[in-house]
Amino acid sequence: MSDLTRRTAAELADALAGGETTSVELTQAHLDRIAAVDGDVHAFLHIDGEGALAQAAAADARRAAGAPASPLDGVPIAVKDVMATAGLPTTCGSRILEGWVPPYDATVVKRLREAGLPILGKTNMDEFAMGSSTEHSAYGATHNPWDLSRIPGGSGGGSAAAVAAYEAPLAIGTDTGGSIRQPGAVTGTVGVKPTYGGVSRYGLVALANSLDQAGPVTRTVLDAALLHEIIGGHDPLDSTSIDAPLPKLVDAAREGASGDLTGVRIGVVTELGGEGYQPGVLARFQESVELMTKAGAEVVEVSCPTFVHALATYYLILPAEASSNLAKFDAMRYGLRVLPEGPDGTVLPSPSAEEVMRATRDAGFGDEVKRRIILGTYALSSGYYDAYYGQAQKVRTLVSRDFEAAFQQADVLISPTAPTTAFKLGEKVDDPLAMYLNDLATIPANLSGVPGISVPNGLADEDGLPSGIQILAPALADDRVYRVGAAVEALHIAAWGGPLLAQAPELEGPAR
Amino acid sequence: MPEASVPDSFGITRDEVAHLANLARIDLDDAELDHLAPQLSVILESIASIQGVAGADVPPTSHALPLTNVFRDDVVVPGLTAEQALSGAPEQEQQRFSVPKILGEE
Repeated sequence: MSDLTRRTAAELADALAGGETTSVELTQAHLDRIAAVDGDVHAFLHIDGEGALAQAAAADARRAAGAPASPLDGVPIAVKDVMATAGLPTTCGSRILEGWVPPYDATVVKRLREAGLPILGKTNMDEFAMGSSTEHSAYGATHNPWDLSRIPGGSGGGSAAAVAAYEAPLAIGTDTGGSIRQPGAVTGTVGVKPTYGGVSRYGLVALANSLDQAGPVTRTVLDAALLHEIIGGHDPLDSTSIDAPLPKLVDAAREGASGDLTGVRIGVVTELGGEGYQPGVLARFQESVELMTKAGAEVVEVSCPTFVHALATYYLILPAEASSNLAKFDAMRYGLRVLPEGPDGTVLPSPSAEEVMRATRDAGFGDEVKRRIILGTYALSSGYYDAYYGQAQKVRTLVSRDFEAAFQQADVLISPTAPTTAFKLGEKVDDPLAMYLNDLATIPANLSGVPGISVPNGLADEDGLPSGIQILAPALADDRVYRVGAAVEALHIAAWGGPLLAQAPELEGPAR
Repeated sequence: MPEASVPDSFGITRDEVAHLANLARIDLDDAELDHLAPQLSVILESIASIQGVAGADVPPTSHALPLTNVFRDDVVVPGLTAEQALSGAPEQEQQRFSVPKILGEE
């Protein structure tokens, strides 16, 4: 095992700046690690060794000339396969986009390239980001590096597993209902969902436009802040992008690393805990509350009564938006085209565009995508619109009012990130409702657009698997999640004698 | 589809699922309908709890940010070339997307 892959992105950036290593060397070290363990983990759908090494060589040249493009110039990264990458396949984990190579870069990808981060490859995900386990990927599930028989969370399980397995120091995820934070929790890594509009959605294949948000997937809070400052900020190509400067995130993370929480008001959300949450997850959460109190925080209990309806609200709004978004996969301009067959199995002569569309969407979409498209079509249909979609939009207002009231009483809100640790692959794959419950605690933030982070929160006693603590802040106050997140991380490291991931079992790859 | 604004029952029948799949342009076969219809019923029953949570006076939220009409300057900016735009096309002809017939016979 190369020592380089064990270091954080901030440490790698320092090593590059100090001339201790080169981007080519550390990019190669990560490509070697991928070659050694990804056969077991399956975090990647596409690996671009050649492209990454070329970008690394360019980064080394910039540094040699004394002109690095960013603090992370030369530090490699993995990108969730939902982001358009010019010249690299982008499948969203779906057969319908198999082999598609976008002609343009997403803004996030463009910013990564401009900042000099070599792109190692594209990471696995639930098809079109619909799921909490990556089992809905058309290309096979990703395995949790802590226990290969378990799920890595989802939809961004590939990005989280890549970072947890030291295949990449950094990754990009997207979070529509928890797809960055929940995989972070179950893999012992850090995931941040920025304020809605804080990171451009241009080139992010949309699941639900009003909920989707891209963000950092890392092993430390500081690394997330460094990456967030590179990908965040206004983008004229995204009309929902916030036209205001980002808060000072790296400064906030460095400030928080002292572990001092004096004067910080922390609200424990009554409704995000208790029934449906695994005892070991709750026990670790309670310990963290005590740690934070000892560190000077003023902990209060806050009630957000509408949060109990957030899951139902989400599963009306999301399918409605998704069914509309996915209508673009019509087999006409890009992606899969399947010609319909007659009952005897022969291709129909001269099929209509509509028949081709039906056959393509049946062949190209998996079960979960079909379920949600049909659900969304139902929720939006004329007879049911008021009862479902209209009602969900109103409850969304109430969820935001609950947040507003809660943030009167507390600077940040906390809860367990996910109700359970990683479950077994196959355990919930055909039980959609059980799968949906994984996002119980993460969904309210998406409905209201507020930022959130998941930080490793210790191992549950029952199964020895990682759990996460979620920290939420008001919209535009992303610096608070970094400040408090870094403090919690520092308190934990002091208590555990090292990062949680150091307790993960070694993956057995081919001998090196 | 029933016309009532508040359905009496939140379950969904196999025929309704077939109808919705048709509207969504997905060719579901019998086996898929048998599989998906009961699952969709269970999901709908669980999310039906949302009925009556918000009163008539609560305004709807469609979006987390209160933004309307974001414009850019009306100037020409670079776009994709025809070749780039067609690069993923299943079929193309004379710099155009080639598609199956859209209108019925004659």
